[in-house]
Amino acid sequence: MLKIKNKFNTERDISGCGLCGIINAKKVKTNGSDIKKAISVEHDRGNGLGGGFAVYGNYPDYADIYAFHIMYDNLSAKTDVEEYLRNNFIVEKEEPIPTFKTSKIYDHPYLHRYFIKPKSDRQDKLFHELEDDDFVVNSVMLINQNYDGAYVFSSGKNMGAFKGVGYPEDVADFYRLEEIEGYMWTAHNRFPTNTPGWWGGAHPFTLLDWSIVHNGEISSYGINKRYLEMYKYNLALRTDTEVITYILDLLIRKHKIPVRLALTVLASPFYQKIDKMENDKKKLFTALRQVYGSALLNGPFAIVFGYSGGMVAMNDRIKLRPLVAASNGDFTYVASEEAAIRAVCQSPDMVWSPKAGDPVMVEFDDIKEKASLKGGLLSL
Amino acid sequence: MTKSSFSNIQSEYLAVIDHNKCVRCKRCIQNCGWGTYSFGGDKILADHSKCVACGRCYTYCPEGAISIIKNPTVIRENANWQEPLVKNIWRQSETGGIVISGMGTTFKYKKYFDHILLDACQVTNPSIDPLREPMELRTFLGKKPSKLDFDFDEKGEPVLKTKMPPQIELQTPFVFGAMSYGSISLNAQKAMALAARALGIVMNTGEGGLHDDLVPFGKNIIVQVASGRFGVHRDYLNSGVAVEIKIGQGAKPGIGGHLPGEKIGIDISRTRMIPVGTDAISPAPHHDIYSIEDLRQLIYAIKEATDYEKPVSVKVAAVHNIAAIVSGIVRAGADIVYIDGYSGGTGAAPIVIRDHVGIPIELALAQVDERLREEGIRNEASIIAAGSIRSSADAVKAIALGADAVAIGTAALIVMGCHVCGKCNTGNCSWGITTQRPELVRRLDPEVYGERLYNLISAWSHEIQEVLGAMGVNSIESLRGSRERLRGIELSDAELKALGIKHAGL
Repeated sequence: MLKIKNKFNTERDISGCGLCGIINAKKVKTNGSDIKKAISVEHDRGNGLGGGFAVYGNYPDYADIYAFHIMYDNLSAKTDVEEYLRNNFIVEKEEPIPTFKTSKIYDHPYLHRYFIKPKSDRQDKLFHELEDDDFVVNSVMLINQNYDGAYVFSSGKNMGAFKGVGYPEDVADFYRLEEIEGYMWTAHNRFPTNTPGWWGGAHPFTLLDWSIVHNGEISSYGINKRYLEMYKYNLALRTDTEVITYILDLLIRKHKIPVRLALTVLASPFYQKIDKMENDKKKLFTALRQVYGSALLNGPFAIVFGYSGGMVAMNDRIKLRPLVAASNGDFTYVASEEAAIRAVCQSPDMVWSPKAGDPVMVEFDDIKEKASLKGGLLSL
Repeated sequence: MTKSSFSNIQSEYLAVIDHNKCVRCKRCIQNCGWGTYSFGGDKILADHSKCVACGRCYTYCPEGAISIIKNPTVIRENANWQEPLVKNIWRQSETGGIVISGMGTTFKYKKYFDHILLDACQVTNPSIDPLREPMELRTFLGKKPSKLDFDFDEKGEPVLKTKMPPQIELQTPFVFGAMSYGSISLNAQKAMALAARALGIVMNTGEGGLHDDLVPFGKNIIVQVASGRFGVHRDYLNSGVAVEIKIGQGAKPGIGGHLPGEKIGIDISRTRMIPVGTDAISPAPHHDIYSIEDLRQLIYAIKEATDYEKPVSVKVAAVHNIAAIVSGIVRAGADIVYIDGYSGGTGAAPIVIRDHVGIPIELALAQVDERLREEGIRNEASIIAAGSIRSSADAVKAIALGADAVAIGTAALIVMGCHVCGKCNTGNCSWGITTQRPELVRRLDPEVYGERLYNLISAWSHEIQEVLGAMGVNSIESLRGSRERLRGIELSDAELKALGIKHAGL
């Protein structure tokens, strides 16, 4: 059995990890060989039980519709899910995700992708009033929860996740990433501590355009989960990464909180710092903690998340996990270890270690221009 | 009916004096509020029938000459006809009255806090050392919006647009439970006020009005409005940081209160705004609240009177259907709900109520938190849990089950010397706590016991920080409602389900 869903008797999956990210602010595309090389330097940060990549800009021909990557344990699950998709979406194209046998990855689920958009007269009356994005989120949760043997692991536009059980460099070969081009890449090497190999559990974890790779254990998982459940998120996967993704979705997409401010919810400043702020700012940050205290991610983490507007890398509020960043021209690199960056960019313009809770944010130039028209970076 | 001249009820305790050690200083006579001791010309005599084992005499005996022992004379043991039951039958057959007692139930019900274990970090996530890293306990009580909205200034910086509802800021998630002037002495209230101010927390007036001496402590006081409306006027409502409507109390859900006229001296009369010597009777229900919509009217009447600047709290006893009741209270507009479990204390309650009515705070709290989350309204009100919080461990567990803060009453009285003798209703408290007799009240020094209360809450706060650090979190909001960090031990499936936690090992 391939175990694409978490069937283990644990509240959640926890793991240590290595991660990398590469972004070009001008949206110049590169193929997957750099990210593979970088993450392979962090080989020892994983144990061969999970590796994965997210790439943005890889589906230019279908940039305006949703690209679903779905893994199936069996073909009957595929039949059921496809019936659901046909009833609710216009399927412009579907095909198996190209994979290549490697000696390292010998057992894998059916991997299929669909380029789809929600029908305007979709069958599912329950969600009938929803915006396309909300409908897609609900559909992803529905499939992941109710369709045994099926798991949607990517659902964004012009982006995709490629992941599996194995070391990331083997997963890269399996999907032959050097043939894929994108302007932003993230990668993950997994060291799970309480579950064996599990395809669905590999990172990145994605929802719509969000993709998260994450190293850490969220000690506040219990309350983060219950907080999200109050907003009807279904935490089927029971991983920390899922929690982070949904919190970002809630804060940024649903509550429309500017990205940088949303990040201060995840790793909020201490009151000793807030108390020293000038009045308006103090009020703002105190209110954020009062209202979103249950969304604070407490415990060690380093995350890299990508979205349609750019990439963010950040640490927990006392920096309990490693994170290094570097810039070279229009490229920005982040990784768990500086060596990973140096492997693909020998002499960057600048290398630094981001402070606890202080995000490295890179936005694409075209988005930045749009943002400056309506009032600064933070209005994003 | 003529009274018979003897009682079947024998002394519970014996006050035994070692006459070889006794130096006849007579301090015991002076210290005992119960009149147990007298001087027999050449030695101290003890009337055992009056002793309640309050511990005052031997604490203050300079020679250590006094021992209070349980009366060894047995009432024949019988697991069915237990001693307290037999004694109550005698008592009631002699008086024809309801048996009244002070303090919380003495019954040995299961204490759920003692069947809950906490989590800690090992390897996969690091624990945090509270001596080296910040460890935040600051807590805000009050309604929180479900989301925030922002404007942007000319520089594009976000500015808060949402108007935040009023909050009570606590530096540590403790409050002192409601204990009125009348049920306890003014000095006892002053000790709590001093401690609350020093700690950055709040005390609660109970239904006894606000004595003039406590007005300067307004920033650390919640004023209460209960069914008797004693001491309530416009300035009173505005003199604290919040107003609490008391519907019920854990020790006596569903019934009112009675402060006998002999305790209503000039000071209490002024504070409660009733004539000297009249009984202060708080009716069982609020006679203007016969339903949830009536509660809503009172909540908003108080909000109007306080210009929407004070959170309104509603205190209820934990009863069977508590989750639905609290949901109703939140929807009626309460900013804080104070839930008092069945083992909470009281100044006086019929034991038939105290020992048999209500449910444990642990179960009530877990169900309420879950229900409010299911309904998507957990943010609409903060929850204070009460009903015998005996240690910082109880507090941590209550917070992880879903409380925003916990209230302590009995523990605060124990700080002041209380030995939980359960005779608060008599007004003879030797420690000067639950009495209005000036010679007894005078011995309770508010500054001394204010400092001890400060010490206790500081110590408990440090302990909570240690627990948070061991769990690998550095802020109390990461513990609040985080039931994943709790495990049950020796609990049935039904109990685990009611608490919303897993059994240890799972």
